[in-house]
Order: sequence, then structure tokens, then C-alpha cells
Amino acid sequence: MENILSVRGLTVDIPLAAGTLHAVRGIDFDVKRGETLCVVGESGSGKSLTSLAIMGLLPKQVQRSARVLDFEGVDLQTASNRDMRKLRGNRISMIFQEPMTSLNPAYTIGDQLTEALLLHRKVPKPVARDRAIELLEKVGITAAANRMKQYPHQLSGGLRQRVMIAMALMGEPDLIIADEPTTALDVTIQAQILRLLKDLQRELNMAMILITHDLGVVARVADKVAIMYAGEMVEAGSAAEVFTAPKHPYTRGLLNCIPVPGKTAVGEHLGSIPGIVPSLIGDVAGCAFRSRCDEATAQCASDIPARISPAGHLYRCVHDYDMNQPKSGEA
Amino acid sequence: MTNTTETINTVAPKVEAEVLSGPTPRQVLLTKVLGHKGLMFGAIVLLTIFLMALFAPLLAPYDPYHQDLMHRMIPPVWDAKGSWENILGTDHLGRDYLSRLLYGARISLAIGAIAALISGIIGTSMGVAAGYFGGRVDACVTFLINVRLAMPVVLVALAVVALFGGSLQVVITVLGLLLWDRFAVVMRSATLQLRSMEYVTAAKAIGCSTKRILFSEIMPNIANSLIVIVTLEMAHAILLEAALSFLGLGVQPPTPSWGLMVSEGKQMLLFQPWMIAIPGVALFILVLAINLLGDGLRDVSAPENRN
Repeated sequence: MENILSVRGLTVDIPLAAGTLHAVRGIDFDVKRGETLCVVGESGSGKSLTSLAIMGLLPKQVQRSARVLDFEGVDLQTASNRDMRKLRGNRISMIFQEPMTSLNPAYTIGDQLTEALLLHRKVPKPVARDRAIELLEKVGITAAANRMKQYPHQLSGGLRQRVMIAMALMGEPDLIIADEPTTALDVTIQAQILRLLKDLQRELNMAMILITHDLGVVARVADKVAIMYAGEMVEAGSAAEVFTAPKHPYTRGLLNCIPVPGKTAVGEHLGSIPGIVPSLIGDVAGCAFRSRCDEATAQCASDIPARISPAGHLYRCVHDYDMNQPKSGEA
Repeated sequence: MTNTTETINTVAPKVEAEVLSGPTPRQVLLTKVLGHKGLMFGAIVLLTIFLMALFAPLLAPYDPYHQDLMHRMIPPVWDAKGSWENILGTDHLGRDYLSRLLYGARISLAIGAIAALISGIIGTSMGVAAGYFGGRVDACVTFLINVRLAMPVVLVALAVVALFGGSLQVVITVLGLLLWDRFAVVMRSATLQLRSMEYVTAAKAIGCSTKRILFSEIMPNIANSLIVIVTLEMAHAILLEAALSFLGLGVQPPTPSWGLMVSEGKQMLLFQPWMIAIPGVALFILVLAINLLGDGLRDVSAPENRN
């Protein structure tokens, strides 16, 4: 399968009064059709900026550059505004984090659902309407025809997020970028929405980039995982690989934070990673995680090359680490 | 088994339909509008004045320009010397006061509406552009607003009338070009608030152009505050026209204008006070009605009152 989206060396810089904030520092990834890439990281690690950079929706003062930013043969860096508008909502669509503010209060659900389709394709209104109702039913909304006439404030958070998903699917996109689509929802709804997204993705054979900070979500839906820390992709590979044989200490730290039913005893402390994310203003050298890392050595302050693990996933750490022989071999 | 599933299936959509068939937002709004006394009072009075102005040629008993020097300053009908022939009396040139009042309403309403429209277009486009684009555009608009606020409207109008001569068109243009400041200020801050809403980003993400975002995402959400300012500025423009006409800088005689009628009656202030009172009261009622309407619209459309 060929890649739908290829990204090489993507950087996002934000000029601030105090200096340049290197929010995303040279990340590489590919997404294929029918594949789900989960981008995981804590707040401020550059996840959302990465998604906005792909869509070309960064605020004006923010600078984006990349060696390769290719969407099915279209170079997103040189594409004109007009071409980008044709892609957005049509071939690449986005699901936003906040279902409460992502719908325009002045329009009915029906108007907002059909907007993208009417904008990009010359379809008659009734056709767009039928498609919207069909999608609303597909995302599990009952009495869809009646819901079309409702305003966003009449819907609950879960329903709105479903509407957002239906809206993203209207144009039958090739790539869907979901920026923390379940963060604002309660846990039972989260599970439903995720299953729904995953099912729809399989059914429509789309590529999906799911941005999240919830490793539970990742374990459930991801084919590939990319762990981001301080604007860098510290580890990336197939989900099974990253979960069973994490190479980067940060990934291990994250995995330690999750309670595992049956394994974690009641009352036992969950793992945590001490310290905070370093400032990314000015030049950042070496491993950004070294100030919080137990295994940090002098070597960590120099440039960290990307390495490939024996099993074939990428990581950025100077240490060799094997889950099966913990700590013993290290100095 | 089959029976139970069937019952469940038939019951479920009914419940759903009931939930969905509550009052629509439009019905809720209508109930609120009808329940708001100030708004209803303002709307009814304004509508009455509007209809009177519209049908002035049918309603007016005489030609408002027809002078009859034999019948000057006849007091209104409620005065001992009044008669039913001139219900509101006649002015110093013997013109029927009621007819002039009816035709004068046309001037006031036209000035209010057109001046508010012109300044609304100027102020709203400036404010929305400043709020949405920010940066240099915003700095520029803010500067223009400050410049405009530093200019006294009456003095500028006086200078313009001195240059171009007073006429209805000049007054409307001058007021239209001077009253946009409040539009710009309010629209700017409203847009600033909306710009960062996620649905604006979402609109960009489905490929909307800037023009489309401004007109179909931003505008409908600032329309309610816009309507309120339109009414306030209408009242403002009507009062300013009356003031300018009173000073002799506005509408020129013999055009019937309420401000001019007050001005013409002022020599008789002590002997025939009704000559000032009648157009004065008319102005008062019109401006009051517009303000009540504006206040009511603000109450009804304010987000905190939405249920």
C-alpha cells in the first residue's frame, strides 16, 4: 500500500518576544490507506500543532517548514490557498477536540452537515441532505431527520461529537485527523465514539491520524503509534512493537502510569514521571527528556540519532534497553 | 419474543419524537418577544409612526406646503380657539400642522434609517475586519475610531453644511459618515471573541474561504448585537437631525421636518407653546419607541436569557 500522507522533517516555530519557540522539531511519519496512526504525548508536546500544520491552519505568525509534506502527490507546502481549500473538508478532514464550541450556534445541524458537501461538490441540496441523514444514522443518532432541524445547543456533548464525526465524513475523505476527539466526553461515550471511528475508518478505508494523550485509547485503535515529547517524535512504530518492547525511557514511563487490571495491586502507587517538560524557547540540544530521565548520561546532551530497534521501530535514545533484562546491563 | 421486540421498536421512536417536538428556537423567541412589554410597546409605536409616514399623502388633510396667511397660528382642536378644520392647528404661515407632522415623520424615519444603514455598513465592515484580521488592520481601525471620536459631530456637520449648503441629502450623508464609531467598536470586540471559537477553525478545516467565514460564520453570530446598535444609532441620528435642523443647519425650509418645526415655533414659545410641544412630543415618542425596541431586542437576544 502506498502512503497517503508522508511527512519528513516537519518543524513548527513560533516567534515569541523571548525568542523562538521550537514547538515541533523535525518529525517524520507516514500514513497509509486504512491505517490508524496514534500520536501520543503530553500537553505542549506539539501534537495539535502537527495536525494544524498538515491542514495548513497554523496562525499567521507561526512558521512551518518540512523537507517533505506530501498528500497523495500534492505538496502541501507549495499548494496555493485555493488548492488547500479544495483539499480541506473534501479529501482531508478534521475532527476537533471540543464538541461544545466546534459547532456554530447560529445554524442547524443539517445546515452545518451539508455545508462541506455543497461547498466542494456540485450536488443538489436534497442529495446532501440525504447523505447527512444517512451519516447521522451511521454514527448512531436516532431520529436523524428530526435532528437535522435542531440547533447545537439542543444536543448533548456526546451527540455533538457524533455530529462532528458525521461532518468530517461528509466528503468521504481519504485522511481524517482527529484531535483528541474524546477528551471532552465521559468514559462510556468515549468508548462508543472510538469504536465508531474505528469501524467507520475500516468501512470507508480511510487513513486516520488520532491525536490523544490517552494510552488506553491508543491500545484500542492504533495500528501505528508515534510518541511525541517536547516537539520530537521520540519513538514510533507499530502499536504492538511500541507497547510490548518500548525503547525510549519516556514511553516506558508513560506505560508505567497506566493501571493494568489484575496486575496493578489495589492501593499501589501508579508510576509517574517526575519533573516538567523543558522550555523549547531558543536552541534545544540533545535529548529533551534527559532532565527527567533516570538513565541520563553525559552522552544524552549531544545529538541523539534516530535508531531502529531490532524489531524495526524507530526511537531516539542513546541507550540500548531490553525489557527482558531490566537495568542489569547498565552502568 | 417477537412480540416484545416489536413493542420496544414501536415505543422507542415515539419517545424520541416527543423529546424532539419541543418548542423550536423560533417559537421560544416569539414567546419571549411577545412577553416583553417594552419591546412590544416600542414596536407598536414605531410601526404606527412608520405607517403614518408611509400613508401620509392619504392621511394628511391638507398639502403640507400650502400657505394660508389668513389662518395663521390657529391653535389645536383642544384649545378654546381651535377648530376641527385644523386638528393640530396651523403654523406661522398658515400651513396645517397635522399634515406637516405626518410628512415630517417621513424625514425623521428616512434620516434615521439611511444614516444608520450607511454608518452600519462602514462601522461593521471596519469592526469585523479589525476583529478578524487583527494586527495592522486592527491598529489602523482603532486609530480611525479614535480620530472619529475626537470629532464633535455637530461642529463637523456645521462645517460641511457651510461648505455644501444644507439639504436632506447632505444631512443624511454627514450623519451616515459620522455615526459609525459605535458599530466599529462593538463589532470589533464581538468578532474578536468569535475569531478564536473552534467552529471558525472548523469552517476553515472544511475549506471555507475567508469571505465565506466572515459572512456565514461570523456575521450570523454578531447579528443580534448589530440589530441593537442599529436601533440606538437610528434614534441618535433622528435626534441629531432635529438638532441640526433646529440650528438651521439641517433640512432647509419649507421641507417639513420636526426639528425645523420646533425651530420655527420657538419665536412663539411664550404665546403659542403648542407649536413647539407638538413636534417635540412627536420626536420624544419616536425616539423613546426606538430605544425601547432596541433595549427589548437586547434583552431578548442576550445569551444569558436563552434557555
